[in-house]
Amino acid sequence: MSRRSEAAVLTPAISARDHVKGPADAAVTLVEYGDFECPHCGRAYPIVKAVQQAMGPRLRFAFRNFPLRESHPHAEHAAEAAEAAGAQARFWEMHDRLFERQFALDDEYLVEYATDLGLDAQRFAKELAAGIYAQRVREDFRSGVLSGVNGTPTFFIDGVRYDGSWELEPLLAALKQQAAATR
Amino acid sequence: MKPLAPGTRAPDFTLGSTPAQTVSLTDYRGRPVILAFYPADWSPVCGDQMALYNEVLPEFERYGAQLLGISVDGVWCHAAFAKDRKLRFPLLTDFEPKGEVARRYGVYRTGDGFTERALFVIDGDGIIRWSDVSPIDVNPGADGILRALDALVPEVRPV
Repeated sequence: MSRRSEAAVLTPAISARDHVKGPADAAVTLVEYGDFECPHCGRAYPIVKAVQQAMGPRLRFAFRNFPLRESHPHAEHAAEAAEAAGAQARFWEMHDRLFERQFALDDEYLVEYATDLGLDAQRFAKELAAGIYAQRVREDFRSGVLSGVNGTPTFFIDGVRYDGSWELEPLLAALKQQAAATR
Repeated sequence: MKPLAPGTRAPDFTLGSTPAQTVSLTDYRGRPVILAFYPADWSPVCGDQMALYNEVLPEFERYGAQLLGISVDGVWCHAAFAKDRKLRFPLLTDFEPKGEVARRYGVYRTGDGFTERALFVIDGDGIIRWSDVSPIDVNPGADGILRALDALVPEVRPV
């Protein structure tokens, strides 16, 4: 569902606090607001991967949390788990694992993934239990609401909400067009 | 029909929220109220909008604000819809006389028999401070509400 486009601007813009893949001077930046338990986000995950592969260093990708806690009981902890992994410099590994194992997001699995990924699992489990990253996840969520995110996944291309289809071809075409326009 | 403008006193009302309960605007004096008029339970866009508000409730609560959904659907329809979507805020029924409250707020669609997709943020004294009417098929999101609450309750800096 689209919103009037004048309001749908990424707020705040990408900064050092974001989890980013790809060079800072990439031709185009794609931001996803996502929920690790959301089936649509799960379906978008390989599409984003394919887009990253196709665009190479011309694309910078960032992920922000938008857990829909009322619909998805594991979404909040999964988001905090990704942040906890991020604190140990493994955000993207955990991001990938969570989307690939979307059907198994109970806390014991989250700790298992942390162990698999070579994290300090004891620290990870402790931080997860203490909700150390809950605040950070809420900041992401709030920024999404302010940016005009109405559901997940929602994408922003160079800071403007992308309301088109996120199937591979149209998404890739939109990114290439934006990259060409800003060159 | 024009929606009531900011600065206007919000018309009071008493509407059913469940088969056995009613809610009055004055119940919430002293705290901000978000009135969300929407066309119909079960319609796809409304569902998305109400589901989103259900998720954003903790943010609204940081401002001490109460969210009230309003449509012309009957109280049993609301009850089934709220249960299905696990909504944690009241849905009020502007059912008899049909759309009367929506008319007083200037957001009834006479030809259609349902209300606009309209948002009002009302302050603790009962004055409308912000309003918005979106195209009927567009989810207005919650960014406008949060910005209005921010202006209304500046001392609350959530997150």
